[in-house]
Amino acid sequence: MKAHLFRRFLASALVIWLVATATFFLISMAPGDLASKLADPRIAPSARERLREQFGLQDPWWERYLRWLSRAATGDFGYSLLFRRPVGAVLGEALPNTALLAGVGLALELVMGLAIGLIQAYRPHSGFDRLLSALTLTAYALPTFAVASGLLVLFAYTFPLFPPSHMASPEAAHLPYWARVGDTLRHLVLPALTIAITGCGAVARYLRGSLLDEQRRGYVLFALARGCSTRRALVVHALPNALLPLLTVIGLSLPFLVSGSLVIEVIFSWPGMGQVFYSAVTARDVPLIQACTVVITAAVVAGNWLADLAYNVADPRVRV
Amino acid sequence: MTPPWSRRLQAGLTLLACEVVAVVAAPFLLPDPNQIQDPRGASLLPPLSRVWIVSLADGTSWAGSEVRRQEGKLFVYRGRSWEGAEETAVVSVQPQWYLLGSDTLGRDVASRLVAAGRISLAVGLLALGLAVTWGTGVGLAAGLGPPWLDRLLMALVDAALAVPVLFVLLAASAFLRPSLATVVFMLALFSWMGVARLVRGQALVAREQPWFLAARGLGLPPLTVATVHLLPHTLTPLTADAALRLADLILLEAALSFLGFGVPPPVPSWGNMAAEGFEVWRLAWWLPLLPGLAITVTVLAFALIADGLGEMARGDAGPRG
Repeated sequence: MKAHLFRRFLASALVIWLVATATFFLISMAPGDLASKLADPRIAPSARERLREQFGLQDPWWERYLRWLSRAATGDFGYSLLFRRPVGAVLGEALPNTALLAGVGLALELVMGLAIGLIQAYRPHSGFDRLLSALTLTAYALPTFAVASGLLVLFAYTFPLFPPSHMASPEAAHLPYWARVGDTLRHLVLPALTIAITGCGAVARYLRGSLLDEQRRGYVLFALARGCSTRRALVVHALPNALLPLLTVIGLSLPFLVSGSLVIEVIFSWPGMGQVFYSAVTARDVPLIQACTVVITAAVVAGNWLADLAYNVADPRVRV
Repeated sequence: MTPPWSRRLQAGLTLLACEVVAVVAAPFLLPDPNQIQDPRGASLLPPLSRVWIVSLADGTSWAGSEVRRQEGKLFVYRGRSWEGAEETAVVSVQPQWYLLGSDTLGRDVASRLVAAGRISLAVGLLALGLAVTWGTGVGLAAGLGPPWLDRLLMALVDAALAVPVLFVLLAASAFLRPSLATVVFMLALFSWMGVARLVRGQALVAREQPWFLAARGLGLPPLTVATVHLLPHTLTPLTADAALRLADLILLEAALSFLGFGVPPPVPSWGNMAAEGFEVWRLAWWLPLLPGLAITVTVLAFALIADGLGEMARGDAGPRG
């Protein structure tokens, strides 16, 4: 198992390097360099040359690539032109916010998905099951931005139950600790709900399918024959086995989760990676774009690796 | 015996057929989607409204909800006020119906929706075509080639699967000129992995089958065996997968266009229409709602088709089909 996990780890490192390299070259190929973006076009050519020298732009491409890569490996991503601060500091603030949003959203998505899937598998092919199937399929088909803007219009503007944007009220800094937590939670409701609504369909559909498969197995039939109630056979016997493959599904859905949270963060002005990345792309802030892409990929790959690890822990059969 | 047609497949195909009919027939029935009408009188009209388009001799045209003739002049109710023009200067007065309302520039939403549908479907299909071609090639190479190639290609697939696509697409589009071709190409770049996995799986099963061994034993070249004998076997699962892939591609293109990095305006796409509409939702709720609805219906149609094909392939279409 250790060897397998180690191989996966190496592969993950490879993915991160590939994405980092691809972004670097894609951006280097684009016309116009850093100095021309940073500097006022009216400044003297000599000053611009000095700027180019300062950023090492006159060096050959491989030197710049190696320098960027070696610095990135130590967490030094350079200086953000948009925020006029070190990239590391910008990302250090944004990453926990995205982790909070994605974590709560994923948890909510799992709870909703599991509940729906269980209810469906309890009476499969019943009218209610069909209704829920239609609903989960529709939830899958809804674009993230439509759910986000729909929730925003409904529950922030038309019925102002929740704040429409950002993650803290302006007066939050003066509130006591628990009131601040409550304030953040109130801000979290709509964005996290968007993640849950767009994602729960896939979880529910997958769980329903694997529960139906498990229910045909001998051990569930035996439990039923012993006089175990349908509910107990479903929840106690079938569910743990049906949950296992879900781990892989969650791991594979992480890129979509992150991509979805990009749209959500932009719509709700949530100060996370997605929001930072979006402003970086709009402002063509090269160091920030490169750093965001690498860090987000690293986060997703790490999440994948963790899902793999969890699968290994949960399923003894995989541990060879 | 063929299994009974799955209800879901029927529902999906019906939805899709309606959409295709709308997309094909609309250019003959609806006004030009790029026709900008007088924004004072024809912008942000609700669905099912009618305006009078008054063309004047100097080439301009007015739009108004009401028209009245008085004292040799033609008065048009243009937005908030009446305005008059000499009868002699008026070239024509024609009614125009806005079936699904109009946008900020007075363009017809219905015909823009249909034009956007054509573009969204075309972008999705082209990207899908590229992805399926490339993915099939990789899958065949991995499944039938030497073990080292298999491991290399599958590592590549795993790598591509772990990439947060929207981030990379956005980063790339910031530095490439936004155009339809770029969007198609970049979407395809991140959607071939599923196809590759599927074809590889089929190839691994097939290479042990008697018909495969027989074809190889007869001395047929590997490429012929792979394409003529093996590919037809992958068709059913591939179609189901392709339908779902297309649904994902349409969602991705919509998200990209919503963020302003996909299909560049004024070319309409459901994503950029929703983004433009969302800015004025207080004045015109139908502007963001209708494109969102169009995406949902389209994606639902493809998801139903994929579901139904999967059910039929497994032979469990439920108790009543």
